[in-house]
Amino acid sequence: MSSRDLILGRVRAALGDTPVPEVPRAYRPAGSRAADLEVLVDRLVDYKAVVHRTGDIASVVASLDPGRLVVPPGVDPSWLPPGAELVTDEHDADAVLTAATVAVAETGTIVLDGSPDQGRRVVSLLPDLHICVVRTDQVVAAVPDAIARLDPTRPLTWISGPSATSDIELNRVEGVHGPRRLHVVLADFTTP
Amino acid sequence: MTRTFLGMPATAPRGVGNLRGDEPFPAAAHKALADDQLRRNLGHATGTIRRKSGAVVAELPDWQELRAAGSALKAATMARLPELLEQLEEKVTAAGGVVHWAADANEANRIVTDLVRATGQRRVIKVKSMATQEIGLNEALAEAGIAPVETDLAELIVQLGDDKPSHILVPAIHRNRAEIREIFLREMPGVDPGLTDDPATLAAAARRYLRETFLSTPVAVSGANFAVAETGTLVVLESEGNGRMCLTLPETLITVMGIEKVVPAWRDLEVFLQLLPRASTGERMNPYTSMWTGVTPGDGPQSFHLVLLDNGRTAVLADEVGRQALHCIRCSACLNVCPVYERTGGHAYGSVYPGPIGAVLSPQLTGVADNASLPYASSLCGACFDACPVRIDIPSLLVHLRNKAPHPRTERIAMAAAAYTMDHPALYTRAQHAAKLSGRLKHLPPPLNGWTASRDLPEPPAETFRDWWARR
Amino acid sequence: MRIALFVTCLADTLFPAAAKATVRLLERLGHEVVFPPGQTCCGQMHINTGYQRDALPLVRRHVRTFAPYDVVVASSGSCVGSVRHQHATVARAAGEASLAARAEDVASRTYELSELLVDVLGVEDVGAWYPHRVTYHPTCHSLRMLRVGDKPLRLLRHVRGMELVELPDADQCCGFGGTFALKNAETSTAMLADKMRHVLDTGAEVCTAGDASCLMHIGGGLSRMDAGVRTVHLAEILAATEES
Repeated sequence: MSSRDLILGRVRAALGDTPVPEVPRAYRPAGSRAADLEVLVDRLVDYKAVVHRTGDIASVVASLDPGRLVVPPGVDPSWLPPGAELVTDEHDADAVLTAATVAVAETGTIVLDGSPDQGRRVVSLLPDLHICVVRTDQVVAAVPDAIARLDPTRPLTWISGPSATSDIELNRVEGVHGPRRLHVVLADFTTP
Repeated sequence: MTRTFLGMPATAPRGVGNLRGDEPFPAAAHKALADDQLRRNLGHATGTIRRKSGAVVAELPDWQELRAAGSALKAATMARLPELLEQLEEKVTAAGGVVHWAADANEANRIVTDLVRATGQRRVIKVKSMATQEIGLNEALAEAGIAPVETDLAELIVQLGDDKPSHILVPAIHRNRAEIREIFLREMPGVDPGLTDDPATLAAAARRYLRETFLSTPVAVSGANFAVAETGTLVVLESEGNGRMCLTLPETLITVMGIEKVVPAWRDLEVFLQLLPRASTGERMNPYTSMWTGVTPGDGPQSFHLVLLDNGRTAVLADEVGRQALHCIRCSACLNVCPVYERTGGHAYGSVYPGPIGAVLSPQLTGVADNASLPYASSLCGACFDACPVRIDIPSLLVHLRNKAPHPRTERIAMAAAAYTMDHPALYTRAQHAAKLSGRLKHLPPPLNGWTASRDLPEPPAETFRDWWARR
Repeated sequence: MRIALFVTCLADTLFPAAAKATVRLLERLGHEVVFPPGQTCCGQMHINTGYQRDALPLVRRHVRTFAPYDVVVASSGSCVGSVRHQHATVARAAGEASLAARAEDVASRTYELSELLVDVLGVEDVGAWYPHRVTYHPTCHSLRMLRVGDKPLRLLRHVRGMELVELPDADQCCGFGGTFALKNAETSTAMLADKMRHVLDTGAEVCTAGDASCLMHIGGGLSRMDAGVRTVHLAEILAATEES
């Protein structure tokens, strides 16, 4: 008997004819609230991300003095400041500039899904500075809204603030293995 | 395993893994209670997390509705476990992963060791995982000449300090910043001798120490918080980015997961991703959550193995009342609110699963005889039930397991005698009068001397209530 | 209203003052109190120590004794908790479905004292007078099994002459836990030490609660250290008047 059959047999023996209960979903579902940009900003700042509210992304990037910058292939070239020092290997980069897929206002979370403007997962992991551009129409109210928008077959990275740890006396301190600085550019492209 | 028990739910085997302690809880607690530093560290840390978690839980007006949904989702998952596991296997396989089934700790360790050997590597990087702690994977790998490197800061502190984890979420919760600095100075190769005990500086030291290891180790081992049967998606929540490193940099990723971690549908994550961070680290959301489905060409590990682990879980599942313990999402909120855990710390529980959830999970995984003192390691105050994001009724489970635990012979006799007396009012009245005649006792004999060691007994009253009532 | 008193074995034997006070208080409020004979113990100690089978006759006895009454009161949160949350379970586990149903029926008519006063009798000011500095320990089972909330405090706030001071970390267990206090005596004592420290920090003369067992524990510790603070059951404070 394979371990697979053994385990499944044990599970069936253990369960007998256990009924499947109904799942009450009385919590606030997807679509129950409008996204509030002010809440997103508040939550991002609370977890030590820096927020810029502008459509002029190149200026933000330039002002951060990013050093060697890596960008995924699908990033809009107009986001790059003139004279940016671009590198192709994330191992050599000081900073990374990506887009995002969804942002969750209530939790201050940004989700990347590996699309061409967000890149392979490692690209947004190794550089110490992550500049992430979020379009205002990508902002949703809460976690259920994000789940409804995301494609689970893609590799997803949910990011809430810079890398942090609570392992020392359960106090949160920022800056461990992931990017130690997270700058979010909240860009409204719908009204010029 | 003998042929007789094939197909029957089995407890976790002895001689492997970390589910059994060396001594009963009261004896282990005796040492912990005498450690003033430990008491202060625990009091400080659990107080901090209780305040943080309380604040972010209060932000959600639908917290109770989310708990109810989480609880029912877990119960529904258990009831559908066979089909969900088969579905998960199918989806992971279709997405390019390989699924393995491990009946117990020995088999899981063998599977992982063989997979690492096949890569020719002698070192693996690890993301914090309770399942691999439970089965003693690090010990098994070391025996096979493979070095496991823990990359979670707290696990690293434990590993460098040759210590044992004492908390589900923060395995080094028993250490304060000064002690962590000492451990780093003593054990971390290449550490700055001027290291201070500032937490940010300590975190930076871990970053420098592990960076090269991340970049040069092509095999990683992880656990999983959730696995979605509907899509084959694995989910790991973490804070530091060490998880992202392990889940994306290596060529080979091996994930070891208890069979109870499966969730039915993608949508169900909308419940658990709201419950877990707030109950666990007291954050609205943890800094990083990684989700992957099999293998993504050109992005992350190109070889993915999922090991589904039983190791006693089916024995827990066989107990209609006790199976609730399998609903646990390892948030550790029950530890943080437990007055017993706060004073004894996690080591006193002997198992990798300490605190209230450990007191109901460990004895069921091993069979209650092997952890017989744990169901009694609680005053039944109920704080754990209130804190549990999936509403596991831990106090009722404790009482249930006490009823299954072996009882000392003298206690059995005394309890039977007491019950008999109380079922016979005339005898009961006589016993009351006898107690009064004995007067106020200062020191009781064992096992009652535990009371009089620190507490006076009340003065027996001049008359019992029923005597007073009778002459009214 | 005719109210059956469930005295509890602990109050009956060691703390009759709390039970007598419950009788005085309810009679003063104009109700008839009866003491059903044949009652002994609810079996909580047996159930919580792992002796459900031994507890079964006690559950049966309790249900038989109190079934005839419309309203039952006990001035003990944990005994009411056992009646409400454990009796039917014990009966069901023994395969006694009809006993379980009757146990649920009795449980639905059984109240802890503050519940009876506030929810059933609709009274918060019971006309008590108690000229002391008092702090209140909520007790775990009243708080988390019965969810009595602030009912005891609402009753206490109406007591004349009394200075009610807040107990820090009030919701923390005192460490009693029945046989826990014996089986894990050192951990229990460590919990008690913190509870006593908080009680002493309030500067109260009296620590009160709705459960004689927790009070026995806290009182036993305070007595051992000659702390000069005494424990008094909630019923005794509510029963006290200027005349008494």
